Amino acid sequence: MIKVQNLNKIYKSLHALKDVNLHVKQGELFAYLGPNGAGKSTTIRILTGLTQPTSGSVSLNGFDLKESSIKSRQQCGLVPQSINLDQELSVYENMTIHGLLFRMDRAERDKKIDELLSYVDLSQRCKSLVKELSGGMKRRLMIARALMHSPSVLFLDEPTVGLDAGMRRKIWALIKKIQQQGTTIFLTTHYIEEAEFLADRVAFLDTGTILVIDTPSNLMAKLGSWALDRLIDDKMEPIYFYDRDEANSYIASHKESFTLRRVNLEDAFLAMTGKKVK
Amino acid sequence: MIHSILAVYYREMLIMRRRLTRLIPSWSVSPLLYLIAFGYAMGKHVAIDGHSYMEFLIPGLIAMNSMTQAFAIASEINIARFYWHIFEEIQAAPVSDFAYVAGEVLAGTTRALLSTCVILILGLLFGVVLSCNFMFWLGVLLNSFVFSSLAVGLAMVVKSHGDQVLLTSFVITPMAFLGGTFFPLENFPVWGQNFIHILPITHAAKVIRASSLGNVVPLSSYFVLAITGFIFFSIAVVCVKRAKD
Ligand SMILES: Nc1ncnc2c1ncn2[C@@H]1O[C@H](COP(=O)(O)OP(=O)(O)OP(=O)(O)O)[C@@H](O)[C@H]1O
Ligand SMILES: [Mg+2]
Repeated sequence: MIKVQNLNKIYKSLHALKDVNLHVKQGELFAYLGPNGAGKSTTIRILTGLTQPTSGSVSLNGFDLKESSIKSRQQCGLVPQSINLDQELSVYENMTIHGLLFRMDRAERDKKIDELLSYVDLSQRCKSLVKELSGGMKRRLMIARALMHSPSVLFLDEPTVGLDAGMRRKIWALIKKIQQQGTTIFLTTHYIEEAEFLADRVAFLDTGTILVIDTPSNLMAKLGSWALDRLIDDKMEPIYFYDRDEANSYIASHKESFTLRRVNLEDAFLAMTGKKVK
Repeated sequence: MIHSILAVYYREMLIMRRRLTRLIPSWSVSPLLYLIAFGYAMGKHVAIDGHSYMEFLIPGLIAMNSMTQAFAIASEINIARFYWHIFEEIQAAPVSDFAYVAGEVLAGTTRALLSTCVILILGLLFGVVLSCNFMFWLGVLLNSFVFSSLAVGLAMVVKSHGDQVLLTSFVITPMAFLGGTFFPLENFPVWGQNFIHILPITHAAKVIRASSLGNVVPLSSYFVLAITGFIFFSIAVVCVKRAKD
């Protein structure tokens, strides 16, 4: 599991992470949400050893990141925000290099490559050069590659960005499957329904500060169960209700037309981060 | 450790193998032009220390080319780092900074040795047969070691690929011309000679030329190259460590 204590990151004049504390449990799927520039990628970069923290401590499966960086890196798999495959090499070669970097022997590598490529539906493209793949295929390859060395913690930084709805759902299923095999998953995304669907717990991050950490259902329950969207001065202002009858009587007593819907995680997210943005 | 070094090296070799059909012509063009322009057209009647100018020139070209080709991995590293973000893939793997530098230096050295073979073959076409003995290859190897280590270090320090191009034209190109590659150093004034003797390429040209022409090899120059390479290598390891912002 992941333990983060009083983590701070300062870039020159910018305080990108402020006293971040996290504790992700073994086998949990943890979603890390926040607006652009909140510090999500910075957190992942620190947890995977790509960026040095300014202060604070991090441990992965009990290995301290500072003291045993090589050991803790062996524990984690990373799918970064931007595609970082070797475009001039084939799918197979990209996977092989990853296996070599993680000290896997040949038999083990080839077995894993076979298994993972069929897992992400890329077996047919084994010999293709990466630059010949579509964006969605590249994303799937990145996930397969990160799983090569059977990491116990998987970091996914916006794994479904730029994918169509069908492909996104395929990747969700894939992520669920990975979790079911016991892997701890740390996920960031801008698609909040993704977190709502996948996550056991979510954290809302805003300009480097964690606002709240809880389960999606608890976060939503705080607002209510039903929402009415209304337009006030060019702004969407939902009203929340705990039960449906309450909402219906509100509609009956007003002249405008409303749509009644279930509260979702996005409401909770906007309620928490929206206040500050305004 | 060895595993990680080989992984980094293997990646570079796979990429180089893909490009070999383009690399070999590019390794041949500029030496060929130098040989035609300086060696064949201009140097026909020039003799230096009892050798034809062509015989003088080819070892110089080998020194120059092994330097530029070893240094060229800097730009490979930079493209991988700034453009493809592949450096992150390696940094997130359990690969030590030392292993990363060693793998890249090995790749740079391989590239330099291959381009040396290309020049030797070109030399044969011009009828020049050099003695490729152990001391000759040791010289080429040390020279490549020096400049690929320098390349890895600088590749970590620069902030963009544009800076890299600038560095090459301010550091490598002048050395290519000054370090006793094209003409004997005795033609320079004394202060100039002293300056030029600081440059590692001068020592490389000296040992490569002496060994390939069967003259007495200056052992001290091998020593200078080895020490310089060791220092550059160590600096490169520190630079990789500091490349994590
Ligand atoms: N290398 C860097 N140097 C300076 N500032 C940086 C660097 N990397 C990130 N930052 C700054 O740190 C803050 C957090 O960036 P980060 O990439 O972590 O955001 P994010 O939450 O991942 O955003 P997005 O959703 O857009 O990916 C931003 O203000 C960004 O400008
Ligand atoms: Mg990000």
